[in-house]
Order: sequence, then C-alpha cells, then structure tokens
Amino acid sequence: MLDNVQILFQAPVFSVDLIVNGMLIGAIFMLAAYGMALVWGVMNVINVAQGEFVMLGGYVTLLVVKMGLPPLVGIPISAIVLFGVGWLVYRLVIFRVVERDVFTSLLATYGVAILLAQLINETFGADVRTVDTGMGTWFFLDNNVTVAVIKVVAFVLAIVIGILLWLFLKKSRTGQAIRATAQNARAARILGIDTHRTFAITYSLSAALCGAAGSLAIMAWAVHPYIGLPYTIRSFMIVVVAGVGNLLGVIIAGLGLGVAENVAGFILGAEFQIAFVFLLMIGALILRNSLLRRQRKYLR
Amino acid sequence: MKLYHYLLILLLCLVAPFLLPHYLTQLAFLWIMVVLSITWDTTGGQMGYNSFGNIIFFGVGMYACAVFQRDSGLSYFPALLIGLGVGGVFAMLTAAIFGNALLGMRGHYFSIGTLGLGVAAGEVAGGWDYIGAGSGLTTPLYPGPLEHRDLLFYYMFFVWAVITFFALRRLYQSRFGLAINAIRDNEEKAEAMGIHTTRYKVSAWIISAWFLGVIGGGAGNLMGFIDPKDVAFSGPTFGVWMILMAITGGKGTIWGPVIGAVIFHVTQELFWTLLLGWQRVAMGLLIVLIVLFFPEGILGWLRQRYPNRFNTNITQRAEK
Amino acid sequence: MTSELLEIQAVSKAFGGVQANREISLQVPSGKIIGLIGPNGSGKTTLFNSIVGYHPIDSGSIRFDQREITRMLTPQIARLGLLRTFQQTRIYVRMSCMQNMQISLPLRQHKLKTIFEPLSRTDQQRIEDMLAFVGLHGKRHLLAGDLSFGQQKLLEFAMALIAKPKLLLLDEPTAGINPTLINGLIDRLKVANRELGITLFIIEHNMRVIMNIADHIYCLAHGRLLAEGAPDAIQNNQVVIDAYLGAD
Repeated sequence: MLDNVQILFQAPVFSVDLIVNGMLIGAIFMLAAYGMALVWGVMNVINVAQGEFVMLGGYVTLLVVKMGLPPLVGIPISAIVLFGVGWLVYRLVIFRVVERDVFTSLLATYGVAILLAQLINETFGADVRTVDTGMGTWFFLDNNVTVAVIKVVAFVLAIVIGILLWLFLKKSRTGQAIRATAQNARAARILGIDTHRTFAITYSLSAALCGAAGSLAIMAWAVHPYIGLPYTIRSFMIVVVAGVGNLLGVIIAGLGLGVAENVAGFILGAEFQIAFVFLLMIGALILRNSLLRRQRKYLR
Repeated sequence: MKLYHYLLILLLCLVAPFLLPHYLTQLAFLWIMVVLSITWDTTGGQMGYNSFGNIIFFGVGMYACAVFQRDSGLSYFPALLIGLGVGGVFAMLTAAIFGNALLGMRGHYFSIGTLGLGVAAGEVAGGWDYIGAGSGLTTPLYPGPLEHRDLLFYYMFFVWAVITFFALRRLYQSRFGLAINAIRDNEEKAEAMGIHTTRYKVSAWIISAWFLGVIGGGAGNLMGFIDPKDVAFSGPTFGVWMILMAITGGKGTIWGPVIGAVIFHVTQELFWTLLLGWQRVAMGLLIVLIVLFFPEGILGWLRQRYPNRFNTNITQRAEK
Repeated sequence: MTSELLEIQAVSKAFGGVQANREISLQVPSGKIIGLIGPNGSGKTTLFNSIVGYHPIDSGSIRFDQREITRMLTPQIARLGLLRTFQQTRIYVRMSCMQNMQISLPLRQHKLKTIFEPLSRTDQQRIEDMLAFVGLHGKRHLLAGDLSFGQQKLLEFAMALIAKPKLLLLDEPTAGINPTLINGLIDRLKVANRELGITLFIIEHNMRVIMNIADHIYCLAHGRLLAEGAPDAIQNNQVVIDAYLGAD
C-alpha cells in the first residue's frame, strides 16, 4: 500500500490519470445522487433501490446492444424503460410508504433492491458485463494518462442530462409542481396539485436518471448484479455532504467522490475500493453529525 | 405464561432432533435465527435504533472464533469453547469502538450508517489475507461422526438461545430496560431528565453484540465454511432477515422476535427447497410485503385485536 | 448575590435575524416561586431553553447553585438538579405511568448495581404516593400515551417532582387544563414548593394563577426584561399592561 503512495509521489503524472478518470466516473455518481436528492427532498423517502436502478439501466443497454442497435441508443432507451420501472415500483410499493416513517421506506426500498438484484442475478448470472462502443482511447502526457473516449462522452452526457433536468424542474409546469410539493405537500395538494401523481413522476424521473447513468456505466466501465448498494451509498453520501437542494454541491461532491475513490483504489488496492466508499460514507455522516452537535442539533 | 407452558416448549425443543432427524441442521439453524432476531430487537424494537448492520457482530464473532480455532493450537473442544468466547468479546469490542460515533446519530442516519458498516466489514474481510480474503475460512473438522456434531450443535445453540432470551428478558424488566424504552419513546425527554443516554445506548449495543458474536462463532462451525460477503457479513440475507424476523413477530416485545424467527426460518427453508435460486428473489418480495402490509407483526396485531389480554400483562409486569 | 439558586446575567440569543433574548438578567432565590410572564413571542420559552442548555447562547452567563452552567449540555444540567417541563407535554408514550415514574427516579439510584435490580418497595410506595398526589393513582397501569392531554401534563409534573430537582422550570403548566382543575394544580404547586422544597420558576399566561402563587414576577417583552416585582406591583405596572395590550 505504501509502495503505491510512493509511486504517486515519484511520478505525479499518475495522479493526473487517477484524477481525470475519477472525475469522469464521478459524473455518473452525480446523476444517481441527483435522483436520490429529488426523491428525498420531495417525498422524504430514501430510496435504497437507487443503485439497483442504475444496475438495471446497464442491463437494458446490454439487451439493446444484443438486439443489434448501436450502444448510444441505449441511453435514452434505458432512461425510458427505467422511467416505467420507477412508475411501477411507485404504484406498487412507494406510494404506501410515503406518508410513513423513514425506517419503513428504508426497509421497503431495501427489499425492492434485494429483489431486483437477485432477479438480475438469476436471469443474467453474476458475471461482470460491459458494452464495447469502439470509441478508442486518448493518450496524454507521454502516454501516461489514458482516457477512454467513451468516458469523456459519458461525462459530457451526464452533465448535459443533469442540466436538462435542472431546467425542466425550473421552467416546466410539472417541474414547478414538483418543487411546490417538495416545499409543502399539503399546501400543494390544497392548491390543486395532484401530489400522488407528482410523487410518481418524481420517483420515475429519478429512476430514469439512474437508467441513463447505468447505461453510461456499462459502456464506459462495467456492471454486474451487485453494483447497486455501492451506488446507493455513494448517492446518499453525496446528498448528505452537498445538502438536498444544492445541485452545484451535488456535482462537486460527485466528481470529488469519483476522484477520491479512484485514488483510494489505487493506493489501497482494487479489492478495498468498495470498502473505502462505505467507510467514507460513515466518516462523512459522523463528521457532519459532530459539526451539528456543537450547535446542539442533530442530523435529521 | 405459566410455568407449564415453558416446560412444554422446553420438552418439545429437547426432543425435536429425534422427531425430525432429517432436518437437524435446519433446526440448529433455527436457534441461530432466534438469537439474531432477539439481539436485533434490543436496539431496534426496545430502543428505537434500527440497525441495518448488526451483521457485523455476527461476522466478527464468526471470524474471531474461526481464527482462534485455527491458530490456538488447542484440541477441538477447548478451542471451540474458548473460540466462541473470543468471538463474543471481539464483537463487543466492535460495538464499543463504533458505538459512540454511530449511536450519536438519530433515526435513518444510524440505519444507513450501520448498513454501510456491515457491508464495509464484508469488503474488508474479503481482502484481508490473514483471514482468508476472498477464499474465506474453513472451521476445524469435528472429531467424530456428522450426526453427533449436528446434535451437539443443536443443543449448544438451543442453550445459547435460551440464555440469550432470559438474559435479555431480565434486562428489559430492570431499570436498564426502562431506560432504553425511554430512549425509544422520547430521547429528548430522557436527556432532559438527565439520563446518560449515550451510555445506555452503547451498553445495549455491546450486550446484544456479545450474544450475537458467540452465536456467530457457532454458526461458522455449523456451516464449516465462512465466506466473507455471502455468509459472515451478508447484509441481504442474515443482515436484513434479523430485522424482518423481529418485525414479523412483533417489534419491541419479548416473544415477538422469537415467534418471528420461527415463522421466518420455516418460510425461508420452504422457499429454498421449492424455489432454489429464486429463493432470494422471493425473500426480497417477502420483505416488501411484510413491511407494507404487516408492520405491526403478529404480537402487534394480536394486541390490537385483543387489547384486554395485553392490558393484564402490563398490570402483572408492573406489579412484580 | 451569590446566594441565589439561579443567576442569569445578560443572556442573549438570536435565531437567524430574530433576537429572541436580549441581555436578560434575573435571579431565582432558593425556595421561592418565581413567575415569568409576557406576551406571546416575548422570548420566555427561549429563555428556558437557554437555561437548560437546549441550545447554546450567544452571550451572557448562567449560574446554577453557585456553578457556571452556560456551556453545559442538557443532561449534565439535569443531573445537577435543574429540570424543566415542556409546553407540548413530553412523556414516554409506550410505557405505563408507573414506568414513566420509575425511570424518573433521582439519578443517584442509577448506579451500576441498582440498574439491573427491580423496583424497591420504598420507591414503589413513593411513586404511588406521588401519582396519588397528582390524582393519577387509578390510572397508574395505563400507557401514558392513552391518557388525556391534561392527565399527561399531570404525569409530566409528577415525573419532575419524583426526580427531586432543586429547581423546576415549568412551561405553562395550566395551559390546556380544564379551568375547574386549575385550583387543584395551584395547590399542588404550592405543596411542591413548601413541603418538597422545590424552587419553581414558572412561565404562565394565566394571570390569576401566577399572581396567586408567585413571590416575585419577571415580565418579558420583545426579548427584553421589561419589569419585575411583587405580584401587586406588576399587576398595576402600566408598562406591563401596555406590553400586553399593545402586543399586536
């Protein structure tokens, strides 16, 4: 482990590679986190199945490619399919837990997550899957920094999708309904907004975001049935650090997490990368909580 | 519950291995599930801190015991017995180390924090060569025929489940139990009245970790092989099942987690036999169904249906 | 004077842009009943919260029983003998009244060996007597959550008394109580003060009640200490009357 740290000091150019690639995947984390922040802010539901939606998005794109379509087409298709999945999950499960305590929604969405992960495991097997887009690689700095072109494309698309969603929420009628419901669901209901439908759309939008993220993930990196929980934890961590309503914070935190994770994976070894993510999340929670404790408040 | 109720149940449990000899391993596992469920409820139902990561104590106990058995140089039985204790102690240490920080967080932050802890433990164990990394660990071979081993483990686990049950029941009936119930009902009020809430919370977690760690060591020996992510620190199976068992029977009651464990275990074994790989999918579905439609659990449902019978319980308990 | 049980010096607390407490100084002598009145929004509950450490204060000092408690946390302050009751009554809803009382017994009894023991006979008697004192003896085995609002208030009061505090802060103890029962509550407050030796510091809106039992009254308005004095003086104080009438 210390050898790896030494390498970074002796050849700083490796750090550039880690940082660039870290930021690129961070954009995907950011998308999933944005969705989680939406659902959390609007309906006070922490969706433990968030990561599973990402995973499903990846597998939908896998199927799209298997059917002979070009991979990039998988992005909108995954988003649309996951919108539908989100709608279904909302109508069957989520609407029953929206008004109840957070523990119930945590447990219910955890059940959904387990169900989805095992479903894919039984159907597709536990192998790691990836989709080749044939986009080649860029080399920088004497071939010391390698960046797969698809990763850059994924990064740009992720940012674009994020901005589009932000615009949608700001400008469209539905977007305003969502924001109004987030502020005060009861008032929104009285004013004639169908909160039930707004919740459904919000949840499905979040799932669609994850679908797109998963599609990008399988093209630029890889997926397998059990990538879900780490994605959920990453999203949760990003939202806690950035704050529910803060898109810029989510972007920065997402990119930062990508970098941190990549560097940690290099230093600690790939097998400890996921452990790092989870421990970092715990650390972030504890830190945030202790900062609040000084003001005699608690993370709520 | 009258004395003869207890004796009947005791009798049934003592002869069960001879009534259902084919299912000896599953019966032994039943007692493991009972301990998982009861210990979860200590912080969950009795104290209001819903841990998604108690599995870490199960796994730590499992590994600590197995490593001790591997490295101690003692013969099978002393190594096993002391190993179980070692497992319990390491589990308690884990609770002590992480308890202060995690239990300082309220509600869902505690839940997700513990979720992360449980999974992180699995990932760390999966990369740590000293304890076998991804290949896991095997526990020592029992010096004798397999039926004897299963029988021995059955009775050992049964005894441990009984000890755990009565120890925790005693705890709940004491002032300690009142304190953790108060923390559950209104933690701010408890603090405002001067109760050392942090001490009680961490102590409760440490106590539940002890019982869980010991049975974890036992479980590792029953199964023979310890896999870091699928067995020892498996959140999506044991980790979430312990929550469901307590809820199914009735959170926060003495017998609820026990009843829930029995029902859940039987269901899970049935699913396994009938559905094989799809068992896990069915369990995920079962989790959702229970949480949505039966959150009060069996005892909670009975309490609503027959409130009078339960009021007498309260009267009797308070007058002891 | 350092002989006062509670001394508050120039305490200020702001929330965002709102100055809830502004340089408030007052004293609560041991053994007395002190009233705190003022129109809605004058900062009374905020002051109570400041005293018990519910939030940190911006400036000033709070001394209880000769000890600086300004930076202490709520549980520590409670263990020194300073308790409070809440405006929205707080009790342990899924525990019976007896159990609510049991867990409120003074902390000296929460030592390691006694934690695991059942209730002693003397303690049980004391609890039953205290519940009888507030009129809840017949309901002692009911779950606290099943009591009516007024009964819950009485339970919270009993819990505070059995904890044997030196100083008890009561936040609107008669609010929401049936008017016919208020006299009974006034008597009980007096008994608690005279016979149990508990100093009382009471926020009240019911003028009849506070003028009846208080030895000394402080009046807040707009976060500031407006006036203080004996009940007669306060009742006839024009500044106080204006504060109440001109509160909107």
